[in-house]
Amino acid sequence: MNLEFTPEEQAFRDEVRSFIAENYPAHLADFGMREDMSPEDMLAWHKILGAKGWSVPAWPVEYGGTGWTPTQRYIWSEENARASTFMPLPFGVSMVGPVIYTFGNEAQKARHLPGIRSGDVWWCQGYSEPGAGSDLASLKTTAVRDGDHYVINGQKTWTTLAQHADWGFFLCRTDPAAAKPQEGISFILVDMKTPGIEVKPIKLVDGSYEVNETWLTDVRVPVENLVGVENKGWTYAKFLLAHERSGIAGVARSKRGVEKLREIAAAETLDGAPLIKDFDFARKVSQLEIDLAALEITELRTLAGEQAGKGPGPESSILKIKGTEIQQRLTELTLEAVGTYGTPFYGNIAKVPGDAGSNQYPVGPDYAQHAAATYFNMRKTSIYGGSNEIQRNIISKMILGL
Amino acid sequence: MDFNFTEEQEMVRDGLSRLVREQYDWETRRKAVASSDGWRPEIWAQLAELGILGMPFSEADGGFGGGAVDSMIIMQEFGKGLVVEPFLPTVVCAGGFLKHAGTPAQKEEHIGGIVAGSRVFAFAYAEPRGRYDYADLETTAKKDGGGYVLNGHKAVVIGAPWASHLIVTARTSGERRDRAGVSVFVVDKSAPGIVTRDYETFDGRRASEVYFEKVAIPADALIGEEGAGLQLIELVTDEAIAALCAEACGAMKVAHAMTVEYSRQRKQFGVAIGSFQVLQHRMVDMYTAYEQSVSLTYLATLRLDAPDAERKRAVSAAKVGVGQAARLIGQDAVQIHGGNGVTDEYAIGHYFKRLTIFDSEFGNVDHHMKRHIALA
Repeated sequence: MNLEFTPEEQAFRDEVRSFIAENYPAHLADFGMREDMSPEDMLAWHKILGAKGWSVPAWPVEYGGTGWTPTQRYIWSEENARASTFMPLPFGVSMVGPVIYTFGNEAQKARHLPGIRSGDVWWCQGYSEPGAGSDLASLKTTAVRDGDHYVINGQKTWTTLAQHADWGFFLCRTDPAAAKPQEGISFILVDMKTPGIEVKPIKLVDGSYEVNETWLTDVRVPVENLVGVENKGWTYAKFLLAHERSGIAGVARSKRGVEKLREIAAAETLDGAPLIKDFDFARKVSQLEIDLAALEITELRTLAGEQAGKGPGPESSILKIKGTEIQQRLTELTLEAVGTYGTPFYGNIAKVPGDAGSNQYPVGPDYAQHAAATYFNMRKTSIYGGSNEIQRNIISKMILGL
Repeated sequence: MDFNFTEEQEMVRDGLSRLVREQYDWETRRKAVASSDGWRPEIWAQLAELGILGMPFSEADGGFGGGAVDSMIIMQEFGKGLVVEPFLPTVVCAGGFLKHAGTPAQKEEHIGGIVAGSRVFAFAYAEPRGRYDYADLETTAKKDGGGYVLNGHKAVVIGAPWASHLIVTARTSGERRDRAGVSVFVVDKSAPGIVTRDYETFDGRRASEVYFEKVAIPADALIGEEGAGLQLIELVTDEAIAALCAEACGAMKVAHAMTVEYSRQRKQFGVAIGSFQVLQHRMVDMYTAYEQSVSLTYLATLRLDAPDAERKRAVSAAKVGVGQAARLIGQDAVQIHGGNGVTDEYAIGHYFKRLTIFDSEFGNVDHHMKRHIALA
């Protein structure tokens, strides 16, 4: 047992660090996710990585994966966090991609995997419905076979960034008479330009438009877009969620976030001294760091298990619960640290006159500008991907056997 | 980066696991801790025979070439069975001082006996008013001719009733709480002037108040450099904390498993209480706290050889995180067991007590939180 990096791993770290330094778009440096980010900016790093062959490290090599060890993937995520890069969106790379190469047919793999790797095709996820959130299996959107097509009708919600999507993967009910709600669901790929699809934005508490309602009315989709076996979609859906969860811990990002929090708390003052010298505040930061240190090792243990041939299993639910709790606590402490400058809604404050094109806002320190928006936005993390309560149900059933 | 145990380590773990399962069952332990001796010397002899007591010593020192990871594996298995025998004070603490700072003669004299099981140690560091500050010492060792004279009172010395020898910390110069002036001695417990009051502890072990009244000890009782003992004490107690965290992990694992099993058997309102979501989620949070504790224990153990600040920060992180988990799991295990959880008859109450006492050993959550903050 040891925690040391080998000389080869150190060399790998140097290699990816220089690659990021030399290739990451300068105008996006230290940018993070921002409500005013353009779709082109969101795809920029994905496309660069696609050209390099590094956009889907975790995939099997035959489908374009890098063949990196779990340790190398960990180093990769650490270095990206260090540079605060905007990583490829998960919908193609971490969600539908693994479903297609695991359960899809050869034609689907040939058609869809290259676009996911390159970042040329934008994917969105059609899972939740207004009446099917945590109880996902109660979904009502139907796909009815009509010759060589399915005809899809229904309403999906929380379709993240669907306003930019080229394709979507949808869970639809294909056998309404099935004995159990989990049976009779199919996993279908849908071209978002198909007539009958309407995407309506939902404004969120942080002022952003990240998610949508997606209405499907008599949408005709060729049957060749069915993934795997009809009515077996629930199996693929669960597989996808387990994959989604394994990357969801965000340990490296949170570590970088704690560094930034410490910088803010060193700059802010309380009773004439740096905020970070205040015991009550310092205690909260240390508690966060301790929980994060534990989660980092827990994630590495899980990765080591994967390397030994175990796929992401129910343990990934621990990573999801603890990872999102830590992300939320981090944003909460960051908002607390910036004090009163967490109050202004920066989205509507005019830029400095005569300073067109700059991101200079007129009030408060730079680090305060996104603190509240990020805090508000990150409440989603304990809700999406199967709420943290659902994760507890999964652990209870699959690990504790209750 | 590697989280695997070696084949030998797997063998040690499996062998020890079998020993605890087959020879340290609940009724046997209950009788042993209630007996006049309060422990089982025959188990100690068996541990020596199996090579467990020599595991973390180098071959040059007469051991079997293992290290902190081996101590972690051993302590985790001990934790599962609430083993009371003094592996920590003897092998990890006394062994640690001797390994790191013992002279060849001191190693020769003591390590062989530890490995063979014939020499049992206790670590006398705490004092009635010192709390968790190893430098806050009223016990003194004054130079006297060729040796020293010890005076003072050591508090709650775990395993002292079973020990033939003590490791004693004392001030050789400076004022209370000065970092400099702390020294470490190895002392024969039968030396004239040593008076002990032995008692039971809440977690089934034995301990003593140890009084030193003009105890004359030879010059070669000093371990390491005179007056420069604090750094050594910090190193060895960090090693002890890592091992204790492993023990707590073992105890938490069993306490959690017992609770899940109990919730399957116990019926109320016509169904097993384990079918209630409110209890399921509590047991999931216990499980998560346990897994996070294992991770922090790995971190602390694997950072024991790191530079001082890094080592201390990792060890304090573990003592905080494992301490919080031990409290959560102990209390929730009792709660889910209902009234049975607070009876002496059910094993769970005894796991709860061990997990409670764990917090105060070598600094509690608050103490290590402060050290973690100070090292940021």
